[in-house]
Amino acid sequence: MVMAAKTAGAVAGREEIVRTIDVVKEYRMGDQTLKALKGVSVTIYRGEYISIMGPSGSGKSTLFNAIGGLDKPSSGKVFIDEVDVAQLDALELAWLRCRKIGYIFQTFNLIPVMTALENVALPMIFGGMLEADARDKAKAILERVELGHRIDNKPSQLSGGQQQRVAIARAFANDPAIILADEPTGNLDLNTGKAIIALLKEMNQERGVTVISATHDLKMLDISDRIFWIRDGEVEKIQRRDEVTIDAGEMH
Amino acid sequence: MSKSGSNAVGSGQVQRQVQLPLSKAVEIALKSMRVRMGRSILTLITIVMAMAFLTEVWLSNRFGPVIRTELLAKAHLKAHGPPVDGSRLVWLISLSLLVCLVGISNAMLMSVMERFREIGTMKCLGALDSFILKLFVLESIFLGVAGTICGIVLGVVLAVGIMVARYSTAAWPLIPWGGVPWICLAALGIGTAITAAAAMYPAWKAARMEPIAAMRVEV
Ligand SMILES: Nc1ncnc2c1ncn2[C@@H]1O[C@H](COP(=O)(O)OP(=O)(O)O)[C@@H](O)[C@H]1O
Ligand SMILES: [Mg+2]
Repeated sequence: MVMAAKTAGAVAGREEIVRTIDVVKEYRMGDQTLKALKGVSVTIYRGEYISIMGPSGSGKSTLFNAIGGLDKPSSGKVFIDEVDVAQLDALELAWLRCRKIGYIFQTFNLIPVMTALENVALPMIFGGMLEADARDKAKAILERVELGHRIDNKPSQLSGGQQQRVAIARAFANDPAIILADEPTGNLDLNTGKAIIALLKEMNQERGVTVISATHDLKMLDISDRIFWIRDGEVEKIQRRDEVTIDAGEMH
Repeated sequence: MSKSGSNAVGSGQVQRQVQLPLSKAVEIALKSMRVRMGRSILTLITIVMAMAFLTEVWLSNRFGPVIRTELLAKAHLKAHGPPVDGSRLVWLISLSLLVCLVGISNAMLMSVMERFREIGTMKCLGALDSFILKLFVLESIFLGVAGTICGIVLGVVLAVGIMVARYSTAAWPLIPWGGVPWICLAALGIGTAITAAAAMYPAWKAARMEPIAAMRVEV
């Protein structure tokens, strides 16, 4: 309650979940510095489905990493649920990554030696859940993503789309408030990609989870609440879905 | 401020991640070695070979002069060539230590490096640096102890075999068993320590990286 007072400027009735203030990320390579993010300030509200759209190399992944607490920005601040991520100690950061955020990557990033079930159970075990409970819950989530029949398969025995479903199930393991996805359809064919997008949207609606997805997949436009267009490390414009359909063809 | 659904999180508070008990780390480490059986065995063979070599050189260095002297005293040894050269033995022992160090370090380094991505992923899922380090230290200690014990057994068999081959079965009763346990114990310490240290260093480096950096490392 006290903290809500800090949410100055928030639209009434909408609860802020992510806010970045002037986030800059520089990569130093030899004597050159590359500014991958040139001061990004965005606000995301609870339950939204956000797409970060932009061409390859525009800084989408860099922003994804900064929002997700996976990499430190060179300057600027990232707030998750009103908490400044930079102020967290190692234990708090691990808790945030474990409980508050679920990550989905382009390359799935499943642990290759673990079965689908073990992959989904792992974040729960890191969160301190008992093995048996974790396995039960993992099984239920895998059934939700229609992989109930492949729970004992290793990632190498699954198709790309199935692996990404396991990754989605794993991201939802600890009932996070935020799902961060970096090009979740980047390695998938058209139809598999569509199915994955549909699944993310369903989970977004049935669980009220905030989904933030970096992508250059225009299929994402239809289901996003808002789109952040990013180019050369800057947010070019922010559009609601109803504003975007007309110029969707402009991107490439 | 409206609470959304039944989500336990989203209260605007960050808690601290729980520290998993050591037994959990042991369990995961054992499982991880089992599912990676092929890789584990390859690493194990390297450790066995290196430790067998070290043990054999040490034991031969101890057995050789004693057996020679005894056999000389009994005048059995006319046909057995010049005496053992001391400086050559020191050199051999140093070499065998070096082989151990380089061979085991290399094997462990490779086996940890190919899992950097996995380390990054585990950090994304909420693993603590200390837990990742524990996993790798435990795995390497299991491998190190198992490999070193096998290596020592092989080394003892080889050393005795070589003595018998060189000086005939007359050497058998002359073998000075007294120092053998100490040499084996020292070898066990050295083998385990090298293995653990060689795994700890890269695992510690990877665990401390930002997760995204660990995931980006190409092997
Ligand atoms: N680790 C890194 N070291 C150096 N430059 C990087 C690194 N990661 C990204 N970059 C650069 O930062 C820019 C933005 O990259 P990225 O965020 O990955 O773009 P996107 O995800 O939109 O394709 C690119 O020019 C890229 O080359
Ligand atoms: Mg990218």
